Amino acid sequence: MRVDLDLGDLGFDEGAALLIRRALRASPPGKQVLVTGCAPDLDLHIESWCRSEGHEVKFRRSNQQTHAVVTCGSAPATRWLDAQRAGLPNPAVTGAVSDHPSRRWGLAARGALVESNVPEFDFNLVDRAKVWVPDAGHIYTLATAAQWDPATAIPWQAQFESDTEIEDAVVQIMTYLIENETAALMVPSRFIAQLHPHFQEVMQVLAVQAADEARHIEVFSRRARLKRDLLGCSTSGGQESLKTLIDEPDFAVSSFLLSVLGEGTFLSLLWFLDEYAPDPVTKMVSRLAAQDEARHVAFGIAHIREHLANHPGKREQLTNAIRRRHDRLHNTSGLNAEVFDALVHVAAGSWSVPDLRCGYGRVKRLIAEMHDLRRKRLVQLGYSDEEASELSGLHTRNFM
Amino acid sequence: MSEPLILGAVAYDDKVVSIWEGFKSYFFRRGLEFDFVLFSNYERQVQMHFANQIHIAWNSPLAWIQSQRIAASSGRQAHAMCMRDTDRDLTSIIAVRSDGPIYSVAELKGKKVAVGAPDSPQATLIPLHFLTEHGLTPDVDFEVVRFDRLAGKHGDHIGGERDAALALMRGETDAACMIDSNHLLFTQEGTLQPGATRVLARTAPFDHCNFTVLDGAPADLVNRFRDLLLSMSYADAEVRRLFELESLKQWLPGRTSGYSALNAAVDRFGVIAPFVTKVAAACG
Repeated sequence: MRVDLDLGDLGFDEGAALLIRRALRASPPGKQVLVTGCAPDLDLHIESWCRSEGHEVKFRRSNQQTHAVVTCGSAPATRWLDAQRAGLPNPAVTGAVSDHPSRRWGLAARGALVESNVPEFDFNLVDRAKVWVPDAGHIYTLATAAQWDPATAIPWQAQFESDTEIEDAVVQIMTYLIENETAALMVPSRFIAQLHPHFQEVMQVLAVQAADEARHIEVFSRRARLKRDLLGCSTSGGQESLKTLIDEPDFAVSSFLLSVLGEGTFLSLLWFLDEYAPDPVTKMVSRLAAQDEARHVAFGIAHIREHLANHPGKREQLTNAIRRRHDRLHNTSGLNAEVFDALVHVAAGSWSVPDLRCGYGRVKRLIAEMHDLRRKRLVQLGYSDEEASELSGLHTRNFM
Repeated sequence: MSEPLILGAVAYDDKVVSIWEGFKSYFFRRGLEFDFVLFSNYERQVQMHFANQIHIAWNSPLAWIQSQRIAASSGRQAHAMCMRDTDRDLTSIIAVRSDGPIYSVAELKGKKVAVGAPDSPQATLIPLHFLTEHGLTPDVDFEVVRFDRLAGKHGDHIGGERDAALALMRGETDAACMIDSNHLLFTQEGTLQPGATRVLARTAPFDHCNFTVLDGAPADLVNRFRDLLLSMSYADAEVRRLFELESLKQWLPGRTSGYSALNAAVDRFGVIAPFVTKVAAACG
């Protein structure tokens, strides 16, 4: 059967190739299309285009019109013969997310038809059982809806008087928060680059987490510099603790240590700062960061729960990771004295003995609450009360 | 390990390494020991071919004619074994600006005509010969403006033709010569703006590259190479990647009927005679 295609005065400089390709699409070799048209140089361009596409063309001349009979070559029909469908777009559909997506699917969107000669990509995280979180799409939606603008969400212009030493304490706490948030940015960022993009929603959650942390770094930095030109101290013990997170090569272990235990503990700290902040800016940056961190913790728990459901044997590896980290940090100082003192001072509000006693008690209750919530999260993941209590006690004294 | 079949190719672009490494792996998995040597210019490749340093040369049309003439002068045989489907029946065109006053070849007299590299069959030698056939002698009846990119590559690099097209668009020349596929490319990519140029003339069809084999090459290896080439299918994903790099859909048997225009151009301009004489003398 032959198809007629009238290009009118449409030339190859305005898209004529699209119409010819459409007429030949999915055509068996040998199918003919009679192309007519009157654009300048149309003969020349049809002939050259057909040669490069592997089609035959013969011309019939008449008046000023081009009459070209294009016979479909074998190339278009064979091109997609061995293409693969890279899963399905909707992750809720059974089989949509592949257990072991091919590295040759590369960067293709999930659900795309992938040509077979795509080069192989060096993704490391390619097993669904290790990375997939069924609720990731929902968590991502919540995360994007909850994004806030540091320029407008924080009352930067608020007028407040601050005691010089209280301000010093706030600056020290912000300095500590910044380096912890930097670790929390770098860890998911590294795994994004290793993750097969087939697990699209997980990739997106990690990306928005990294963006969250970037924003936290911004607002903590800005709060620290509100009344000071210099920041506080960064200690070797604190950095030694964070380095264990940066150095952890396993995605699940990293997620467990950082999101479930570290950010979970940090959540208590940020709500503590929201409650005892000496000024409205400190209060708001802590509150907004806490809201973001809560999502990170929820994703971490969902990830580890799914992972343990697929790999019950992984529990031992996670347990060992806590013990190993504890052993590595055993001889370090953990939370630096400057940060601890700053927290007490901020919670006390002054150096008076009654206030200091009160502030000290609040920080002790904070640490007890951190332990209690860590323990509960571990129980959520299937640990016994006894195990959870012991493992929570081994968590870094640096909080994150 | 047995002795491999050694092919020569000219490195006109970085992708040449990917192309021949890909072919090497493909042939190796099918039992053909194969290796390749890259040259920086076709003259060196032809010279080394006649010095028996390579068994097969992936030759430009000009290198084919050089080889054919050296073989004829030195009592040897040159054979065009295979070529791409896209090497057959090409044409060159001469473009002018649509709003210009030139409507016939004769009106190029006294004008400036942009061409590609001096050794480019499609963008220089064949179109200049075409104009000669129509009564206009280059550098006498019209000024030849050369856009020389990568001499020795025989116009394989697209840069010279693109520069010629851009010179036409800027009004620095009155006409520009290029192969038909590049006219299509420049039109689609916008180097030649829509409606800004007209095709003033088009040459008769000619052929382009071929695998050249000289007498004395190891027949069993050459035949195996030829059979593998002709059996390669675009439907095979591995082959398709290589074919797309090398711009073909199918290998075809070689033919020599499509080089008459270039032969005539070479005779008229005398561009390869000293090289042919030198290499033929070395063979003797």
